[in-house]
Amino acid sequence: MQLSLGPVLYNWAPERWRDFYFRIADEAPVDVVSVGEVVCSKRSPFIADHIPAVVERLQKAGKQVLLGSLILVSLRRERRQTEELASAEGVLVEVNDLTCLRALAGRPHAIGPFVNIYNEASAAFHAAQGAERICLPPELPLVSVAAIAKAVPDVTIELFAFGRVPLAISARCYHARLHKLAKDNCRFVCEKDPDGLILNTLEQQDFLTINGVQTLSHTCANLLGEAGLLRESNVGSLRLSPQDCDMVAVARTFRDVLDGRDDVDGGNRRLAAAYPGVPFSNGFLWAEPGHLYRQARSGDAHGPVSQIGAV
Amino acid sequence: MMELICPAGTPAALKSAIDAGADAIYCGFNDETNARNFPGLNFSRDELRKAIALAHGRGAKILVAINTFPRAAAVDIWHRAVDDAVSAGADALILADIGLMDYTARRHPNQRLHVSVQAAAANPDAIAFYAENFGARRVVLPRVLSVPEIAEITRESACETEVFVFGGLCVMAEGRCSLSSYATGKSPNMQGVCSPPSHVTYEQTAEGTKSSLGGFTINRFGTSEPAGYPTLCKGRFSTAQGAGYIFEDPVSLDATTLLRGLRDAGVTALKIEGRQRGRAYVESVVRHFRHALAALESGSETDIAGLKPFTEGQASTLGAYRKTWR
Repeated sequence: MQLSLGPVLYNWAPERWRDFYFRIADEAPVDVVSVGEVVCSKRSPFIADHIPAVVERLQKAGKQVLLGSLILVSLRRERRQTEELASAEGVLVEVNDLTCLRALAGRPHAIGPFVNIYNEASAAFHAAQGAERICLPPELPLVSVAAIAKAVPDVTIELFAFGRVPLAISARCYHARLHKLAKDNCRFVCEKDPDGLILNTLEQQDFLTINGVQTLSHTCANLLGEAGLLRESNVGSLRLSPQDCDMVAVARTFRDVLDGRDDVDGGNRRLAAAYPGVPFSNGFLWAEPGHLYRQARSGDAHGPVSQIGAV
Repeated sequence: MMELICPAGTPAALKSAIDAGADAIYCGFNDETNARNFPGLNFSRDELRKAIALAHGRGAKILVAINTFPRAAAVDIWHRAVDDAVSAGADALILADIGLMDYTARRHPNQRLHVSVQAAAANPDAIAFYAENFGARRVVLPRVLSVPEIAEITRESACETEVFVFGGLCVMAEGRCSLSSYATGKSPNMQGVCSPPSHVTYEQTAEGTKSSLGGFTINRFGTSEPAGYPTLCKGRFSTAQGAGYIFEDPVSLDATTLLRGLRDAGVTALKIEGRQRGRAYVESVVRHFRHALAALESGSETDIAGLKPFTEGQASTLGAYRKTWR
């Protein structure tokens, strides 16, 4: 089972962004790293200068590097940016919108979690177009994941396994709206919230997280307890989505549990310590409301289905 | 003249839409294959055949929406829906899923195919992808675009464009939103429902009414305030930056005043949302837009206030068509 690190979804200061990846390259036991600004094209120029150095450092460390495309492409500038990305050489492009797929014209690529692949027929179509890796949409239940993975055995199927879950994308920026700013003059206020802005209900229940034009869950996806089950279902990679926390510790925890050096309970304790105060969720995988967390029974990630999948 | 595309959730609404002057009516089967999968709504196979006969006799077209994303290991259900709609004589199928478009293009190469708004094709490159791969003839544009953007896309588009002019308004990119399933386990993409009534509760308190979805409070209303339906993205929430309608005010789209701009943009068809709405809504809204289009042709004035009773919270917006927030 591979571990992959998804792109940073938040607006981090450029130097911090760069240093985050330098540390990932040097210390994190991940096999694949997806980089690039995928949420808001206005943020792209800030990290653009650092991308070559980050890609080089990650590749030298033996990581496979993916370059992610924008999730929502509407402006002419964004289309041009997507087209340029599609012509990148030496790295695999991770497609987050079909706009990019046309520009790739059959060349090998990866598909990110923002492309709607809900069934084996769609997965097969993308495989025929050159998809080598597919990170499935986070809302898919396990039965669908297993059916898709079985249908495209040559494609590495990946699942969103750690981090606040991306739930929606909009043309409108909610950070700007909240700060009473127009989108075109947003002053990049989203940079004030490196882990997103918490949105509560009027009864102060934790609910969602705002990240500019993107809306994420308040809970943190955690599929550590399902790792063994996912392996049996031909899932080949688990995606860890960067939060404002020690992602090296998160990656080590997943690797240790996957390799049998720690059990799920121990792993969960380490994840809770690395990213405190944010509840876990895995409801989507069990076809339940996505915010719920079904606790896996004690045991290791290699155990039989009956142990790991049980409530 | 631009085509007027009207919703019908029942055979009765369909007849009202035809009577009121619809050029085409869109509808779906009564199951999870369409994105308005509500109890008591939509058409049986037999009802669809009769609807098509009725519409064709009156010179109107029937577009069949099969626009959810087929469930893995159960795609047969969606394939059957496509086959049955084609054999019933549907004038076009409105599809969102790539696998289903692929199936339709191979199995029924002569069937006219429209790209559903749920496919979120928001620019000419994405549209060209659908036209080139599946022969799509029309794309329903997402409600995230301004009129100038629509004009630019239509100019470059590989196929006809259709835009929403009235009704419920998604504030998130359509087909790319899991907010409903996060709160309830039911999503537009998979089950064809958003913020489903089965998960809604209203609670009376001393201060007024509290509405919830899947256990999350979506809004609170004072005793003098009418309690609106708790559609998730149109709720009132709280953040460190302040509380209120964080995503969007609970308003409906009404683009009556933009018809000229849409026509000049080269848009082929105008769409009215609301397959879940009753006959009175369909009848009034369709008639209003029929008159507005006639007025546009003859250069006379249009009554722009006529639809107020049919908008959410009696308030309407031009949505993204005028990007005041840009």
